[in-house]
Amino acid sequence: MNGADAVLRSLEAEGVEVAFGIPGGAILPVYDAIARGTTVRHVLARHEQGAGHMAEGYARASGRAGVAFATSGPGATNLVTPIADAWMDSTPLVCVTGQVRSHLIGTDAFQECDITGVTTPIVKHSWLVQDVEEIPQVLKAAFHVARTGRCGPVLVDIPRDLQEAELDFRYPDSVDLPGWRPPVRGHARQIAEAARRIASAEKPVLYVGGGTLNADACAELLDLAEAGRLPVVTTLMAKGAFPETHELHFGWPGMHGPKWSNLAMNTCDVLVSVGARFDDRVTGKLDAFAPGATVVHLDIDAAEIDKLRRADVPVVGPLKQILADLAAEVRRLRAAGDAARTEPWLRRLEGWREEFPLRYGNGGQLKPQRVLESLQELTAGRDDVVWTTGVGQHQMWAMQYLLCDRPRTFITSGGLGTMGYGIPAAIGAKAARPDATVVCVDGDGCFQMTSQELATAVLEDLPIVTVIVNNGYLGMVNQWQSMFFEERRSHVHLTHAVPDYAALAEAYGAKGFTVSDERELDEALAEALACGRTAVVDARVDAHEQCFPMIPAGAAAVEMLEYEERDGAEAVSA
Amino acid sequence: MIHTLSVLVENKPGALVRVCQLFARRGYNIESLAVGPTERHDVSSITLRVNCDRQPLAQIEKQMHKLVNVLRVRELEADDAVERELALISIAAPPERRPELMALADVFQARVADVGPDSMVFEIVGEPEQIDSFEELIRPHGIRELSRTGRIGLKRASVRRPNRQRVLN
Repeated sequence: MNGADAVLRSLEAEGVEVAFGIPGGAILPVYDAIARGTTVRHVLARHEQGAGHMAEGYARASGRAGVAFATSGPGATNLVTPIADAWMDSTPLVCVTGQVRSHLIGTDAFQECDITGVTTPIVKHSWLVQDVEEIPQVLKAAFHVARTGRCGPVLVDIPRDLQEAELDFRYPDSVDLPGWRPPVRGHARQIAEAARRIASAEKPVLYVGGGTLNADACAELLDLAEAGRLPVVTTLMAKGAFPETHELHFGWPGMHGPKWSNLAMNTCDVLVSVGARFDDRVTGKLDAFAPGATVVHLDIDAAEIDKLRRADVPVVGPLKQILADLAAEVRRLRAAGDAARTEPWLRRLEGWREEFPLRYGNGGQLKPQRVLESLQELTAGRDDVVWTTGVGQHQMWAMQYLLCDRPRTFITSGGLGTMGYGIPAAIGAKAARPDATVVCVDGDGCFQMTSQELATAVLEDLPIVTVIVNNGYLGMVNQWQSMFFEERRSHVHLTHAVPDYAALAEAYGAKGFTVSDERELDEALAEALACGRTAVVDARVDAHEQCFPMIPAGAAAVEMLEYEERDGAEAVSA
Repeated sequence: MIHTLSVLVENKPGALVRVCQLFARRGYNIESLAVGPTERHDVSSITLRVNCDRQPLAQIEKQMHKLVNVLRVRELEADDAVERELALISIAAPPERRPELMALADVFQARVADVGPDSMVFEIVGEPEQIDSFEELIRPHGIRELSRTGRIGLKRASVRRPNRQRVLN
């Protein structure tokens, strides 16, 4: 067989079900191998960025590595944004790119780009294949590296002549990577010390990040929280890692987190970071973050320890094992000591939650928050809904108003903040969860960055529902210009009406809805969710509603700005 | 503060770039860098000197450990390592100056690598600080060109020697 066949046989050996991509000159032999037959389903995207985000959405919904194909040059550079996104959010992603023929490398050949060079800072590792015989072992290593330790993206660049060269295919049973040794077990003594600190805390908080989902450790997290009666705050990346309707869940920390969540984080005496990374959008001003708290830091990645906040008790290793051992130890210590130790703290947190509810203005135009509340009401109790989002105000409202009780049901671009992530990620999630209703909550700005993938959704029979929280602006930028640049609005007005989103959806063969009041909204959402087709709901909302609460960038969490009534509008609480 | 790191990497394309990039990304300039083979044909050694604080260095070391091609990262503490560097120095040397230059070279056990009508090339191997001293002493004679390899190092075979002698090759 040739190298291209070897690529497909390797993917099959890895159990890959779906790959996303676009063919081109330097990857033609691989696409020919696809045409000649494979069990891997190929989803044809309309832009390589879309293919990359689809692979990410697939990975985040399924827990498996996502796979994206692209040709050399522009095809490969279009994958750079998804690769950077996967790097920041630790999403396992395997990118396979075609490269110009070996003898042309370095000659500025047509569609040549040094993609391994371009992506070096944003991949866990990359390979430029030098010999056709390497292909099976390189792909084996690529999947291994993407999925072990801290998950992330890898790239395999294969010159076209090697895709055409012949080899004797044998897929290796093991990898030979002497330099890749992710930790396999958390240290027992550190875990015992962590358990002691947690069990003796009066005001503990579990600060849970996306690493918990990658570690498949959600059941162990729930067990630990219940064993110690520990309140849980989940970051944007961890939304769904702990049931959000559970009495021990206390919201989401950071810039647009509710005041009660940030009060919990900043008042606690023991902060237990579980696969989180003290991101600036979570901590605000680092010096003022959780002052006085003892930090127990659990992570698979030793480089996260002491990176931003000094850890008093670091534990490095797989969270599944660490949390399981911690839960057992905390349960034992609690049974031997004061079982009700955290109850006063939990009452205090509940008091804050009642005292500082999320609020927004009622009356006048349709409010963006109302769109999210409707979506929550229409889907409450369902276990077959997966959300994706773009980036901006709508994303923050989605975090605040949607309640996710199950892992891998909220898929968003956290670290890189990639506008346009939502639609392709939803298509990828649908490929992973054909049973689920996949809903992309999008902004009008985000929608216009990747809306061409509606064609993919329609033609590949991967129906998704996109709900555009359409305020006619680059809303978050508009908010910052309003708040911090004396309301000088600079190039943020997109208008509500151009394009006509419903008509655009229809042009792609999807269903389109345009709504501008609450009654229309509820009807359209219900119909879109039930129709089983790709649908776009253009919800035209108040252009100047701002996202609160808000911790200004670089400010301490206690300097949080809250919702202010404007134009005499009556505030409603959620 | 200047730190010396000894990094063992797989002898694969891109390994050096990946290591150096971690420093460049944070704005640290690598002061010297020496790369070469080791006792194993598939392993290369990188010795690099960088001026940065302890905390960011610890962070970069941990990031280096995560690189797939990196096999070992070790900081070489001055008292705990044997460090050597080689320099080639071309110097203006009219015949009447040569005895003086030769005498100076003798003190530092520098070797004459080449002699021309009006210049000489010295070769010196030693601890980097000794090369600094030699360089300073012959500078007034007019250095025409100078090239240093950057230091390489190994952990000492002996136990730490508090009053170690100056050892020249």
